[in-house]
Amino acid sequence: AIMFTQVYGDNGKMKEYHYTGPVEHRFSPYSFNGGTVLAVAGEDFAIVASDTRLSEGYSIHSRDSPKCYKLTNTTVIGCSGFHGDCLTLTKIIDARLKMYKHSNNKSMTSGAIAAMLSTILYGRRFFPYYVYNIIGGLDEEGKGAVYSFDPVGSYQRDTYKAGGSASAMLQPLLDNQIGFKNMEGVQHLPLNQEKAVQLVKDVFISAAERDVYTGDALRICIVTKEGIKEETVPLRKD
Amino acid sequence: MALSNVVETPASGFNFENVSRNVALEGLLEGGHTKAPKPMKTGTTIAGVVCKDGVVLGADTRATSGEVVADKMCAKIHYISPNMYCCGAGTAADTEKTTDLLSSNLTIFSMNSGRNPRVVMAVNILQDMLFRYRGQIGASLILGGVDCTGNHLYTVGPYGSIDNVPYLAMGSGDLAALGILEDRFKPNMELEEAKQLVRDAIHSGIMSDLGSGNNIDICVITKQGVDYIRPYQESEYKDKRQRRYKYRPGTTSILTEKIVPLELEVVQETVQRMDTA
Repeated sequence: AIMFTQVYGDNGKMKEYHYTGPVEHRFSPYSFNGGTVLAVAGEDFAIVASDTRLSEGYSIHSRDSPKCYKLTNTTVIGCSGFHGDCLTLTKIIDARLKMYKHSNNKSMTSGAIAAMLSTILYGRRFFPYYVYNIIGGLDEEGKGAVYSFDPVGSYQRDTYKAGGSASAMLQPLLDNQIGFKNMEGVQHLPLNQEKAVQLVKDVFISAAERDVYTGDALRICIVTKEGIKEETVPLRKD
Repeated sequence: MALSNVVETPASGFNFENVSRNVALEGLLEGGHTKAPKPMKTGTTIAGVVCKDGVVLGADTRATSGEVVADKMCAKIHYISPNMYCCGAGTAADTEKTTDLLSSNLTIFSMNSGRNPRVVMAVNILQDMLFRYRGQIGASLILGGVDCTGNHLYTVGPYGSIDNVPYLAMGSGDLAALGILEDRFKPNMELEEAKQLVRDAIHSGIMSDLGSGNNIDICVITKQGVDYIRPYQESEYKDKRQRRYKYRPGTTSILTEKIVPLELEVVQETVQRMDTA
């Protein structure tokens, strides 16, 4: 006897390789362009790092598209997610920074930028910017500050944070190496700039090994009271 | 002459015994907010070229599970018989098991008949099985081999379609590899030139496709024998880290300790050194 089974899904939509009923074509305004960002705050410095690969699906758009953007002399923002929204959001932030400077005759502080970004993002609560933001910079006292955001504006100040496609791989490693979590009998040495940069490089090498969207090159921005220094390190290109 | 198969071919038509079970299982899982385990796909670049003396097959070594690299050194060129090898792209389990099954069947056949199996026979068995399962087995295979009738290269798709051509590429990086093959392929190439061409085609797939990466494996099949070079070329990207991340004994905290002594009587004691190099 031939068994007649319900091979296709109930609503007749496309299931794996089988097409059955009418297909509804949906235009999605979003696209995921990959990339990972990371920020670490030290005693008198802050580091914002990102990979430079821009991808879509299984293809690469660009191998040289860094995701760190300089906002002021003391603040850098890292944005990953949908590249179109990243570009527009940074343009909007730049414009607002200029407006503030002209009205108040001084640059915005890192904390102020973070608060402003939160309201900008929440303003689009019902059609969000598909961007994962991390701000790194120096606060008013000259200490390192990191602010991490979700796509609709919820934020908090952290010591370290990873965002983007490989964030789930990097964050536990940072929790262990910088936050000394899950370790007994280890000296809690304060993080100095050289060790922090080494750690960031190593951590991105690991991310590039196991995450397909991370790779090509690593751009590191180091924020100190002297200014912002940029460093580029190659990563795997495959 | 009857073909002896290890597994019995079903008596008639299509075998859909597990499909209703799968649909029910999916409904159950979706309702309970848990996802069915995602099969590991190889997200691959595989290629094959027929040259003057034989067939050259090539593959990358990355296996992905979604966007995460699951295996950095996976073997995608599978042994079928002493004169045939098969590259597999698609769902990793499907390519493994399909080629294993084919290899077992052909071993029994050659024992029965005393002959080396021909490539067309292997292709027909694959096609028969994949068509029977209507695409549910997600295996895209490139089968290459040398037999008494010559050098052959076939591709078998997941639905059971076949193609017999002098050069091929499959997998997610197939378009990148095919670009190189279309540009530089010539009929009756020398072996070294064919190896270089396949290597370049896989390399292009590795660089352009996110689902392919790491090392390149090459398999050269000629009348004289098989040269399975794994890896033919190691990835130029070494993960050298600047710091060492070692944890001293005692880093993980011990909360409680319970020791249960075993009462044993030593009857005989032999010592064998283990090579821990």
